[in-house]
Amino acid sequence: MMENRILKDENDRVDGFLKVTGGAKYFAEYELPGLTYGVLVTSTITKGKITSLNTKEAEKAPGVIAVLSHLNKPSAPAYEQEGGSPMKIFYTDKIFYNGQPIAIVVANTFERATYAASLVKATYAKEAFNTDLEKALKDTKAKKLQGQPDYKRGTENAYKTAEVKIEQEYVLPIETHNPMELHGIIADWRPANKVTVYAKTQGVKATQGTIANVFKIPIENIQVNSEFVGGGFGMALRTWPLEIATVMASKHIGKPVKLVITRMQMFTMVGNRPAAIQKVGLGATKDGKLTGITHKAFGESSTYENFTEGVVNMAKFMYQCDNVNTSYTIVPVDLGVPIWMRGPGEATGAFALESAIDELAHELDMDPLDFRIKNDPEMDQQKNKPFSSKNLKEAYKLGADKIGWSKRKNKPGSLVEGSWKTGYGVSVGVFNANRGKASVKGILKADGTLVLQSATSDIGPGTGTGMGLIASKLLNIPTSKITFELGDSSLPPAPSQGGSATLSTIGSAVNDVCVALKSTIAELAANSNMDATSKFVDVLKKNNLPSIEVTKESQSGKERDSYSMYSFSIHFVQVKVHSLTGVVKISKIVSVGDSGKIVSPKTARSQMVGGAVGGIGMALTEESILDHRYGRYINNNFADYHVPVNADVPEIEVIFIDKPDYLVNPMGAKGMGEIALIGFSAALANAVFNATGKRIRKLPITPDKILA
Amino acid sequence: MINFQYLRTTTAKSALTLLQKDKNAKFLGGGTNLIDLMKRGVTAPEKLIDINHVPLKQIELVGSKIHIGAMATNTAVAEHPLIQEKLPLLSWALNAGASAQLRNVATVGGNMMQRTRCGYFYDTEMPCNKREAGSGCGAIDGFNRMHAIFGTSDKCIAVHPSDMCIALVALDAEVVLATPKGERKILFKDFHRLAGDTPQLDNNLKADEMIVRVEVPLNNFAKNAYYLKVRDRASYAFALVSVAAGLELQGNKIVNVRLAMGGVAHKPWRLTSAEDFLKGKEATTENFEQAAKLSMTGAKGFGENDFKLTLAPNTIIEALNLAKSKA
Ligand SMILES: Cc1cc2nc3c(=O)[nH]c(=O)nc-3n(C[C@H](O)[C@H](O)[C@H](O)COP(=O)(O)OP(=O)(O)OC[C@H]3O[C@@H](n4cnc5c(N)ncnc54)[C@H](O)[C@@H]3O)c2cc1C
Ligand code: SF4
Repeated sequence: MMENRILKDENDRVDGFLKVTGGAKYFAEYELPGLTYGVLVTSTITKGKITSLNTKEAEKAPGVIAVLSHLNKPSAPAYEQEGGSPMKIFYTDKIFYNGQPIAIVVANTFERATYAASLVKATYAKEAFNTDLEKALKDTKAKKLQGQPDYKRGTENAYKTAEVKIEQEYVLPIETHNPMELHGIIADWRPANKVTVYAKTQGVKATQGTIANVFKIPIENIQVNSEFVGGGFGMALRTWPLEIATVMASKHIGKPVKLVITRMQMFTMVGNRPAAIQKVGLGATKDGKLTGITHKAFGESSTYENFTEGVVNMAKFMYQCDNVNTSYTIVPVDLGVPIWMRGPGEATGAFALESAIDELAHELDMDPLDFRIKNDPEMDQQKNKPFSSKNLKEAYKLGADKIGWSKRKNKPGSLVEGSWKTGYGVSVGVFNANRGKASVKGILKADGTLVLQSATSDIGPGTGTGMGLIASKLLNIPTSKITFELGDSSLPPAPSQGGSATLSTIGSAVNDVCVALKSTIAELAANSNMDATSKFVDVLKKNNLPSIEVTKESQSGKERDSYSMYSFSIHFVQVKVHSLTGVVKISKIVSVGDSGKIVSPKTARSQMVGGAVGGIGMALTEESILDHRYGRYINNNFADYHVPVNADVPEIEVIFIDKPDYLVNPMGAKGMGEIALIGFSAALANAVFNATGKRIRKLPITPDKILA
Repeated sequence: MINFQYLRTTTAKSALTLLQKDKNAKFLGGGTNLIDLMKRGVTAPEKLIDINHVPLKQIELVGSKIHIGAMATNTAVAEHPLIQEKLPLLSWALNAGASAQLRNVATVGGNMMQRTRCGYFYDTEMPCNKREAGSGCGAIDGFNRMHAIFGTSDKCIAVHPSDMCIALVALDAEVVLATPKGERKILFKDFHRLAGDTPQLDNNLKADEMIVRVEVPLNNFAKNAYYLKVRDRASYAFALVSVAAGLELQGNKIVNVRLAMGGVAHKPWRLTSAEDFLKGKEATTENFEQAAKLSMTGAKGFGENDFKLTLAPNTIIEALNLAKSKA
């Protein structure tokens, strides 16, 4: 009965029932015997040194087991050595940013740990600091680093001498991932240096490796479990200092320790999408052929670690243009180190480039869609290779029909109804069709079921659902009889879930496993004089085998050297903007995905919908606001940091081109996690311009900016 | 978390007695504001007196006034047929606030007493005169996009965050308080205070008093009323600016009018000069524009909230137009 309810249709999310009924167990829900609770004490200054740390009161507080800090340096062999990253938690008295963890208090209840943490008192020697990217850019003495080698094709800054040109600056604020699930970890350090952790991670193998490195214990001693993850968006792509602190604490007290950070700490300890300032220059002939693209980006980074991402990648190949130059500079400020956030740098870059393309089309008095089609490249000019597949022209047409593009007027502010002005916008998104190396084990059983195993993760896209569908088609087994096990470091190795690569990477290994299982069954059938069409259950039974197992490692072949491989998306947005209040209401969204074969239609659609919602946040509502005088966040809670709510999200139409690209992988499927969001914010800004004639170059687009 | 004692009572009288016994005790309504503030270390009561079981949840017509008990939940008030029929403005204002989950537990008394959402007030590491007298105002030269443009002082420029209170001040409500000496009444418009030199005080409730109910006189604004809330997202966000507008029309002539604005001052901001101007005039956009202009006398921005100087009059005009076109 249960099974029927869980899986109504082959394409349903395999863990959907568990997730909506509370049956899915997240890291913080594991109850270990003798579990203790950690709470972090954080710095209240932005830069300087801890001069004293008084932990006496905290240690005396009821239920407290230990207070760890740089004063007692709990054992972590890698940190005891010289050198390495300066941010060695509890091995430095240096403060790099406001909200940096400086101590952990462990007690027998969470409430007692929280209270005791409030009793820890620090004094500091303060130093001058800066948390403002704009200010750092103006300051000629402030440090700046090359984030990526400069790129040049043809003439530098060719746009400057073009017949028609634009030159503009685009600004993005800090955005914080803010998945619903708070970050943290449970660490259980046992005698003989055996460690079990329950983590919130996008990569169980990565977490395992980091712990092994820091504590210098054999990797086999470490078991990482992370079966369900309540959202990551990139922030769980690394093992953060707070996780190391928890492992240290468990090692120190010999008991399991759970740490779950607060929503406020989510803003300072687990990364963010860095603020960015970008300058784009575009030039074209009068009839709309691009003749020059210049894209210069400046991204915020930290002082203790450099962070770079692909902000200017798109400019190099997205449009047919002989003269392109890009540069990407990172600017260290006194904040926690950023980390990739969905769509990562490409989404940052696409806001600038795709807004600029719209601005140039407007200068040319051309429909921005026609302008894009006119400059759509036949091949990748950066790599000088053909695309493995690209169906953008078809995608443009399908999306334009669906949104009703023909009703759009090129002249901004043309469609007015009472106080509301209507506008249409479009933008392209693009991301590498990545594929890595992974292993999968398949166990085909005589009871008719298949178990697949891999140490991959599912932060929400529906990994198990997609893998089940791939196997189901190949082996002709209903998905209800397939189990995909993940989030366990003892399973066959797989890379972290990031860069839109999971379906391509793990799916290929699933494919190879299924193909191998099929041929083993065929061989067994032939050897036992059975018909080639015999069911595997019968073949196994006839051979007295309870099950057969195959493990396969899979990665790309040489095709990658000869082709340029990308996933593409196009976002169409219709908005209504209120002329008196500046309120922007999105009335319709059409997102088209050109990402090869769609192997899991429901979860693929959900990816695109989720990406659009993330895009609405980036475009209209999300901004982590700092008071630069103090280096502290002002809106570090869910009341004031605005993620889109249902009322902000209109009906979203998703269209897939759904054409296989077998150069990328055996399924012909490309990743979609990032393209779902990349470019969306530009489509929205372009729609606002079309509605009002107001070009907003600084996100998010809030009513005050419309009224300005 | 700092330990506290939890007490529960079922009568207003014993609630007051418990309060008098202990200076550091606080009433607990839905807890949606108080508990947050306790978690952030902004307040640390030693005792919480749970008054949710005090029978003050009535919503009823008494003579020519509607009585609303202080412990009625925001949802109960917003969805009550009497409120929806006679005081739709109040119902809309309530539903424009917070989220369904919060409204289900938030009480009328708690809503009136909710504290400002100024980020500096919430962060004990930053200066705030309202939280810690004399520590300075973080917002005046800092992030003040959400802050006040009317009635500000050099000590505090915070806004009162409630939506419900904007409708109540527009509708000439009165507040009934239980005091050690019996009941006392105060006009809703006089309940909240301007910051002045005492930003730590949000209102005129005395330390030993309790809100027992709100009384709203019946009116003729039900047909042409509108609560317009402009915010950064379509739901679950505090107002940048909000306007409660009620018109009593004869043909196109304004017989009577009520106007109040939220998100602009330390208290619900009644627009009496605009009301006086509009009374007896035709309900035209030109007159609405004039009224909006009059309303802005004395408005002052602090940088990031300068846009409110444009948004506020615009919102008044739009709210009046929407109220007019309701019929
Ligand atoms: C995320 C979030 C978003 C929100 N958004 C909005 C919004 O958009 N618009 C809006 O208007 N509000 C909003 N709110 C605020 C919400 O309306 C208030 O939190 C709520 O109304 C408070 O009511 P309560 O019963 O929970 O009060 P409590 O938190 O229980 O109490 C608040 C204060 O009132 C005192 N108190 C309670 N009852 C009485 C009484 N009878 N007599 C005297 N004192 C009393 C308490 O001692 C306490 O000091 C939001 C709140 C949150 C958390
Ligand atoms: S505006 Fe008021 S509440 Fe905000 S920081 Fe200043 S004094 Fe505090």
